[in-house]
Amino acid sequence: MAHIRKAEGVIDWLDQRLAVKKLAKVMMTEYWIPKDINFLWAMGVVLVVLLKILIISGIFLLMYYKPDVNLAFDSVNYTIMQEVEYGWLWRHLHGVAASCIFLIIYIHMFTGIYYGSYKQGREMIWLTGMALFGIFSAEAFSGYMLPWGQMSYWAAQVITNLFGGIPFIGSDLVVWIRGDFAVADATLTRFFMLHVLLLPLAIITLVAVHFYALRIPHVNNQEAEELDFEAEAKKFQEGKKRESKVVPFWPVFLSKDFFVVGVFMVLFFYLVFYHYDFAMDPINFEPANSMKTPAHIYPEWYFLWSYEVLRGFFFPVGPIAAMDIGLAAFGFANVIFMIFPFLDRDPKVAPAHRRPRFKIWFWLLLIDMIILTIFGKLPPLGINTYIGFVAAISFILLFVALPFITKKDALGGTK
Amino acid sequence: MAVKKSRRDFLGMAFGGFAAVGGVLTLGAMKQTWDPLPSVQAAGFVTVDLSPLQEGELRTITWRGKPIFLLKKTAEMKKNENRDVVVGNADYSVIIGLCTHLGCIPSWIPSTMQFKCACHGGEFDASGINTFGPPPRPMDIPPFKIDGMTLVLGEEGSEYKKLVAKA
Repeated sequence: MAHIRKAEGVIDWLDQRLAVKKLAKVMMTEYWIPKDINFLWAMGVVLVVLLKILIISGIFLLMYYKPDVNLAFDSVNYTIMQEVEYGWLWRHLHGVAASCIFLIIYIHMFTGIYYGSYKQGREMIWLTGMALFGIFSAEAFSGYMLPWGQMSYWAAQVITNLFGGIPFIGSDLVVWIRGDFAVADATLTRFFMLHVLLLPLAIITLVAVHFYALRIPHVNNQEAEELDFEAEAKKFQEGKKRESKVVPFWPVFLSKDFFVVGVFMVLFFYLVFYHYDFAMDPINFEPANSMKTPAHIYPEWYFLWSYEVLRGFFFPVGPIAAMDIGLAAFGFANVIFMIFPFLDRDPKVAPAHRRPRFKIWFWLLLIDMIILTIFGKLPPLGINTYIGFVAAISFILLFVALPFITKKDALGGTK
Repeated sequence: MAVKKSRRDFLGMAFGGFAAVGGVLTLGAMKQTWDPLPSVQAAGFVTVDLSPLQEGELRTITWRGKPIFLLKKTAEMKKNENRDVVVGNADYSVIIGLCTHLGCIPSWIPSTMQFKCACHGGEFDASGINTFGPPPRPMDIPPFKIDGMTLVLGEEGSEYKKLVAKA
């Protein structure tokens, strides 16, 4: 056992028991971040802030929300919105943050793709990140069910029905997931549990692993320069701060991050106070009715691209039904990003602007996903169905082409 | 030494095996906890009187939380040997009113004698057969039993089994 002396103060008392000084060094003041980065590297911290907002607002909502088909709608729309002091604030914070967190996740993801921060030792960062995206999607879906409005109900109906497409066990699996023949009370209570306990636990655990996965390969930089972090850190500590290519996580990197967070928060609170309606579908202010389908069912904006891939295939090919093709494409869209590091066959880490073919590929993918998102919201009529189909097939072809394009870039050398 | 080692191996395997069995049984318990409750399963039988139905007029009832379309066919509607439920001397369409694409409820359009799904544009004829769009198959027929002029949903009668055999 360590020898305990009379403490010189609170910090020293803690340091003797928890080694807080060493901990602070490892986690903060001697965690080195490259200098050559831009505001896109601040998205991780923005995400942490949004997750905190979601947890805190969620705690207050949880005190009045009732997970029961007869009580849920009123507990949200009457109790929380009209009776509870500042109940509206927690709800709007929660809804807007849920929407914004996906916007930032997408920016975070595309930053990683652009700068090649998913390969050569950074695969685990990418994989844990994509796992987080998957769990966040489940978290968003389960949360959307809770107010028990028409969109809650029908989104639950449609999404749980997707599992019916799995061969052999499909229809039994759907009943099992719902706990009833249709979406009902049992479904609401179990998704409530997932939303407030199991999925948040998984998210918090994965975030810790995600951060840890970053520690060994280090943060990438704008030119993907391979840094000797120990040598650069030594320069910084010797006072050659200008010469050194790194800065400590705290206080230097975080203080810049806080500036980006500050700018983002201006936009965020503008949305919370003046435009929360974008995260609140009017159809969901009508109580759930299992006997009446809303005219158009569409997911929240962040799922529209994969939803459009699902419904883009509207005609059968030979003996394969349109729905099965759509489901297969949807499955493809949801796992393909996961294996991104293994589809990129260029072993060198480089930003997209130094990879001639990959650069074009990157922007095409981004444009295609924006088109999918726009047409995912529009009703599937006339020309829309064909544009949706072309965009959906382009999405798949882009990923099929990725290994060849990156291989060619690797052979051709980077600029 | 060798004796000691094999004894340790045995203890390790016994412990591991016991824990594995316990783990599998626990997973089984968890799976069953998520199963539909007996009360949910028992609520699965509904009796409906067909005599007040008018020709060409759609009636929707609820069975197992799903809408059931009951339609007494008019003379213009195509007869379908494989799907029509014959009660008395009239033909009825008895179908689960959920689009087979993603489970939305199609609406009955009397003028064209069609079911149209607003979600993704699927169309079905009066017998519930898919005629356009993404639905992969006709709307399902719920298990039923005919008892005079009444229909018991949830029970598999001989007429239901005959229809299933034809399909």
